[in-house]
Amino acid sequence: MSRSYEDIPLTPISDTPSTMNMTGLWRVFRPVVDLDKCKKCTLCWKFCPDAAIVLVDGKPKIDLRYCKGCGICANECLAECIIMVKEEAE
Amino acid sequence: MRKVMTGNYASAYGAKAARAEVIPAYPITPQTSIVEKLAEFVSTGELRAKFVPVESEHSAMAACVSASILGARTYTATSSHGLALMHEVLMWASGARLPVVMTNVSRAMAPPWSVWADHMDSVAERDTGWMQFFCESNQEVLDTIIMAYKVCESRGIMLPAMIIEDAFILSHTSEPVDVPDQDAVDSFLPSYDPEMKLEVGKPMGFGSLVRPDQYMEFRYKSMLAMREARDRILSVETEFKQVFGRSYGGLLDEYMCDDAEVALVAAGSVAGTARTVVDRLRAKGMRVGLARIRAFRPFPFQEFRSLASKVSGIAVLDRSYTHGAAGAFFTEIQGALYDVPKRPAMKNYIAGLGGRDITPDVIERIFEDILVRCERGSDPEPEWIDVVGLPRRQS
Repeated sequence: MSRSYEDIPLTPISDTPSTMNMTGLWRVFRPVVDLDKCKKCTLCWKFCPDAAIVLVDGKPKIDLRYCKGCGICANECLAECIIMVKEEAE
Repeated sequence: MRKVMTGNYASAYGAKAARAEVIPAYPITPQTSIVEKLAEFVSTGELRAKFVPVESEHSAMAACVSASILGARTYTATSSHGLALMHEVLMWASGARLPVVMTNVSRAMAPPWSVWADHMDSVAERDTGWMQFFCESNQEVLDTIIMAYKVCESRGIMLPAMIIEDAFILSHTSEPVDVPDQDAVDSFLPSYDPEMKLEVGKPMGFGSLVRPDQYMEFRYKSMLAMREARDRILSVETEFKQVFGRSYGGLLDEYMCDDAEVALVAAGSVAGTARTVVDRLRAKGMRVGLARIRAFRPFPFQEFRSLASKVSGIAVLDRSYTHGAAGAFFTEIQGALYDVPKRPAMKNYIAGLGGRDITPDVIERIFEDILVRCERGSDPEPEWIDVVGLPRRQS
């Protein structure tokens, strides 16, 4: 809901960090990892522009709360173990 | 205490008197001696402040923004290309409603490379949401810094201000300057106490994203603040005069305009020259006056409309040029006077670019020309004064 100019501060102030923004809602394509093919090179983790990949035993786990589905991880993966799958309406 | 000092030292003494707490700065000709003097004040302990040597003007203003958000009284100084490099962060300071005060030693923009007086750098930043005060003397520089903090930090305003002193003509020329008593300044200008500030133990994001449904409301508030600043500038100056005995004419400083047939509008150090020309021509019986733009932002709309009701001709001297249009002072004054009942004849004179001297003779010729214009009507074409190769006007 938009607020009256009289009820807003001088400049927008947030008391929550930007991690409150669930950017995963923007996603159209979801990365799906075939962990059996993963060579633990960590390239996907290094290239993820949103720090939405965590490494578990050296292998990627996608944090779908923040992953925007950009596909960079799938593009960079040398073992071709990440594919982008279109999100379906639930 | 009276001292002989340059405009740059007047800036440094002004920031010291105002007890600036954080001074991030990057040196540039002809501003350097402001920063040097302040660094000296900090190193000797005369001024308790954090001096931050930064790697660029963009960083200088970014550091001002950060320190100001934390509740520190913040000062910096720059000039020309340094100011241009700050452009993005100037908008950040005003949009985040931070009362940063800065001296800009107004200097020509390159190319051609030039280090001399010219208002192009300041005029190019008129839309950044900063208040802009053009100064005529070194004393005015010092006093305006103190007054500016009081205006900027007012709860209803919370906007930054640029104090403009002309390169070399003020920055490197010595004049007697009264450095006001520190106790008097302290009671005139209490320490900065913002309504809201960032605290280390309480993380917050300032100036964060708003969607199209809320952006205009923030801009509207800035507009209201700048509008309110008009009255605040006047009331602060009245108070300043009561304490220190000096004042500078509000937003538009009129000299001998009440019974004048024509007025010259100018800003900065050239106003001092123009005053002597007004005196000289008055002695000859010519009814001329000077209207000095002291505040360009907020723009003195009402003051210009009141001036227009008194005079038949207005000569506007711009020490900068907006290519593809005309001098910025001229176009804005013209706009302000469009619907007044009795519009004076107007003409734009472009002079003094890149530090070329604007001599009493130049100003006298402008007065003679605008007096003729009162009968012939406005001249839509700006006149470039004494450009070599153009035919010289015969007076």
